[in-house]
Amino acid sequence: MAEPKVKYDRQLRIWGEQGQAALEKSSICLLNCGPTGSETLKNLVLGGIGSITVVDGSKVEVGDLGNNFLVDESSVGQSKAKCVSSFLQELNDSVKAKFVEEYPEALIETNPSFFSQFTLVIATQLVESSMIKLDRICREANVILIFARSYGLTGFVRISLKEHTVIESKPEHFLDDLRLNNPWLELKSFADSIDLTVQDPVAHKHIPYVVILVKMADEWAKSHGGKLPSTREQKKEFKDLLKARMVSQDEDNYKEAIEASFKVFAPRGISLDLQRILNDSSSEVDSNSSDFWVLVAALKEFIANEGGGEAPLEGSIPDMTSSTEQYINLQNIYLAKAEADFLVMEQLVRSILKKIGRDSNSIPKATIRSFCKNARKLRVCRYRSIEDEFNSPNLPELQKYLTDEDSSSGGATFVGRGAMAPPKPLNFHIAVGIYILLRAVDRFAANYNSFPGQFDSATDEDIPRLKSAAISLLSDLGCNGTALAEDLINEMCRFGAAELHAVAALVGGIASQEVIKLITRQFVPMSGTYIFNGIDHKSQLLSL
Amino acid sequence: MAESAATQPSRSRDLDKLLLRPGNLVGPRFEPSAQLRDDVQNHARVLVVGAGGLGCELLKDLALSGFHNLDVIDMDRIEVTNLNRQFLFRVEDVGKPKAEVAAKRVMERISGVNIVPHFCRIEDKDIDFYNDFMIIALGLDSVEARSYINNVACSFLEYDSDDNPLEETIKPMVDGGTEGFKGHARVILPGVTPCFECTIWLFPPQVKFPLCTLAETPRTAAHCIEYAHLIKWNEAHGGTAFDPDNPQHMKWVYDEAAKRAELFGIPGVTYSFTQGVVKNIIPAIASTNAIISAACTLETLKIATECSKTMSNYLTYNGSEGLHTKVAEFERDKDCLVCGPGVLIEVDTSVTLQKFMNLLEEHPKLQLTKASITHRGKNLYMQAPPVLEEMTRSNLCLPLFELMGKLSKDVIHVNGMTNKNNQKVSCLRKLRVTFKGVDGVTDMDTAGGA
Ligand SMILES: [Zn+2]
Repeated sequence: MAEPKVKYDRQLRIWGEQGQAALEKSSICLLNCGPTGSETLKNLVLGGIGSITVVDGSKVEVGDLGNNFLVDESSVGQSKAKCVSSFLQELNDSVKAKFVEEYPEALIETNPSFFSQFTLVIATQLVESSMIKLDRICREANVILIFARSYGLTGFVRISLKEHTVIESKPEHFLDDLRLNNPWLELKSFADSIDLTVQDPVAHKHIPYVVILVKMADEWAKSHGGKLPSTREQKKEFKDLLKARMVSQDEDNYKEAIEASFKVFAPRGISLDLQRILNDSSSEVDSNSSDFWVLVAALKEFIANEGGGEAPLEGSIPDMTSSTEQYINLQNIYLAKAEADFLVMEQLVRSILKKIGRDSNSIPKATIRSFCKNARKLRVCRYRSIEDEFNSPNLPELQKYLTDEDSSSGGATFVGRGAMAPPKPLNFHIAVGIYILLRAVDRFAANYNSFPGQFDSATDEDIPRLKSAAISLLSDLGCNGTALAEDLINEMCRFGAAELHAVAALVGGIASQEVIKLITRQFVPMSGTYIFNGIDHKSQLLSL
Repeated sequence: MAESAATQPSRSRDLDKLLLRPGNLVGPRFEPSAQLRDDVQNHARVLVVGAGGLGCELLKDLALSGFHNLDVIDMDRIEVTNLNRQFLFRVEDVGKPKAEVAAKRVMERISGVNIVPHFCRIEDKDIDFYNDFMIIALGLDSVEARSYINNVACSFLEYDSDDNPLEETIKPMVDGGTEGFKGHARVILPGVTPCFECTIWLFPPQVKFPLCTLAETPRTAAHCIEYAHLIKWNEAHGGTAFDPDNPQHMKWVYDEAAKRAELFGIPGVTYSFTQGVVKNIIPAIASTNAIISAACTLETLKIATECSKTMSNYLTYNGSEGLHTKVAEFERDKDCLVCGPGVLIEVDTSVTLQKFMNLLEEHPKLQLTKASITHRGKNLYMQAPPVLEEMTRSNLCLPLFELMGKLSKDVIHVNGMTNKNNQKVSCLRKLRVTFKGVDGVTDMDTAGGA
């Protein structure tokens, strides 16, 4: 029985068989299986990830029963990694679940080569020094790394790898590739074969809008020195011309044409985003280049030559009012052009592969086809190393965030414990405050062997200590004279490194969603550092 | 005291930091104490509506956030396609009621938690059932079900004479929803923040294909499938209703759609796509459900304890192209029929219940037919079941004034049908009835506003 396929039906509708196959082939390592790590992995195991390895050196304590669903009464005193891994195995028996009873910090120090066996490492609840070391190891070994941390009502998620390229970025809103203002020969002659002034009203209201717009754009250009409508007045005039061609009020095809007329006004050629990828130095390929960049190199040649400034045609058209016959004919014209473009691209790819000394068939046809279909939607994501960011964050960005005044959140409903008026809690300000304080608590822990407020007895003296740790961090980063919200410092001490289940589930949920995008190489993973703000949910993505 | 809390192993080790310690960014009525934690555990009853992708997560999250008295209601049974995200269910549970299995699994793993499952439709419960909960958490995938619960929760809401909501009658709801990599979580405090109905525009009705396209000019695979499903099925099976859960029915629709697609040269009809179109399947994954449920749970905890600031009031999450989260502060519709002060109706003391029901049908704002009417939990007239109809039928010829205990004004609840987008939909309405010329008690301001 095709049982697994049925089980995964609701997700196959998102990432398809190929995405699922990528998940099932992958091997994931989790560092620390507190609730944040456990919840991250739980979501991936349900989706049918290939294999998991849980690394944690601690034993289950009574306190863990209050925030981690993956351990229970009978687990107390046992290896946490073992308990979590066996529960995960129970969730999905097609996943291979393993565990290593060792502290991640120790493993990072003593056995760096351990990590090279994995597709991806999920590192949870690590302190700064371990994050930096692990990041170096994973970059060296080309292993994808994702950090997740929950801390009281706050947390963060950060992806780290040199480069992630996406062919199937699947944007929700993207302009159709119809070439209405730049039709190729076959599309133009098809349009020419249809008479817009046809007498039969049924035929008139079934002319597809693509045909209407190609013809009308052509007509306009002829009477305007080859130019298309560009000013607001011209655009309105163009729409009025369309309206004037309607023979009755119920002609949906003309309504669609008027609504889609912006597609005629859109610029020809490729987008700035795509141009940036073509200009990237990686598109100068050699034998070490990845398949993606070889394809980009071919694309560059295509656009410069055969494409006449355009990328390969995508080949699909949206549904539109039309007779069945004309719609199918139109569809076939687009498909034929897409196929022709693909064949040209294939030749280009093969010859580039040969030129750089690779087997000219080493990139499969299906990949080239998918690349052509998605050529306008390519994405390249690059991530700074953790060490770089931590030592020299993007200062102008940081300063901007620290001084950003967002009037929308002047928190009137707060009660302040301190006598002094607290600074206004601002969106970005709070997010950067959380970012700085999450780093400051690690400095604090390095000095005092516990996190601020971790034990009830020391909370009061911890507040000034955390404050000075944060101020000294800011000054190390070159940000002077910037005030952190007093309230936030107090809150961080109140949190006392608590790992709350709901926060862990949320942060872990985000991390697992990012893992899926990274492994399936579909959709676009987040960039920068996601700062979770569970106080009012005004979380932010910081580009530091 | 602080020392002993630190040394004694406690299940609520992490949660205690949030609930036992004073904070700066908290609600005005936050009273940190062990008492607060214990009150949440022992007295805060939360109802989880739906035991699907969101419901399973909600039950776990709430139970591990200190809520030990939960109820869950769901009419569905477990299916194989649930297993990629509904982590409380296993292959061997397929066919069993979701609510029962979910409740059992969470109780097995977290000691001290009590979860009462209700394997039934949400409409099967008395309205009073819903009033017993402090907070209602919604993990639903249908607009209709959300609308129903929203109506119920808003029906408890009462206003003072200045049209300000009475605090003790506010039934808070948290609502989550997901689709693929996207989702939303919102907090509804009826009378304070917009209710589901105030912002119904967020859920635009689904676009249906025109029948003439299906019959005459099919162009896409979906057109062929809907032709087989909506037109051909009835032609071929006269009496038998199409059942989307019957595999033979689905196979028949697929075969017919494939034949039609072949005839017109249309690509793309597959069995899986046929199911998707016919059942209107919404793609769903574990991670998004986890994110949204956790956000809802955090807000539930904040409503119950004020341990932090409340999200105000609508969070959207979109992870498909990068990561985008946004909190929008929507505004209430002051004239909302559901959460507003209610439609004021002024009638003579002589008006009979039957006459009153006729008035409801004619009322331009209400257009309410097939009305069942309750007053302070007492049934004045019930359309169904037949036993109740018979029992309440004799009330129809009695004056409403007498049926309502000769009060000069009071609120009644009416359940019935109304028109929405040219379709009959069931609805629950709150009406403020005042009687003309009843001595002294009539509030002139209110009556004047009729
Ligand atoms: Zn409302």
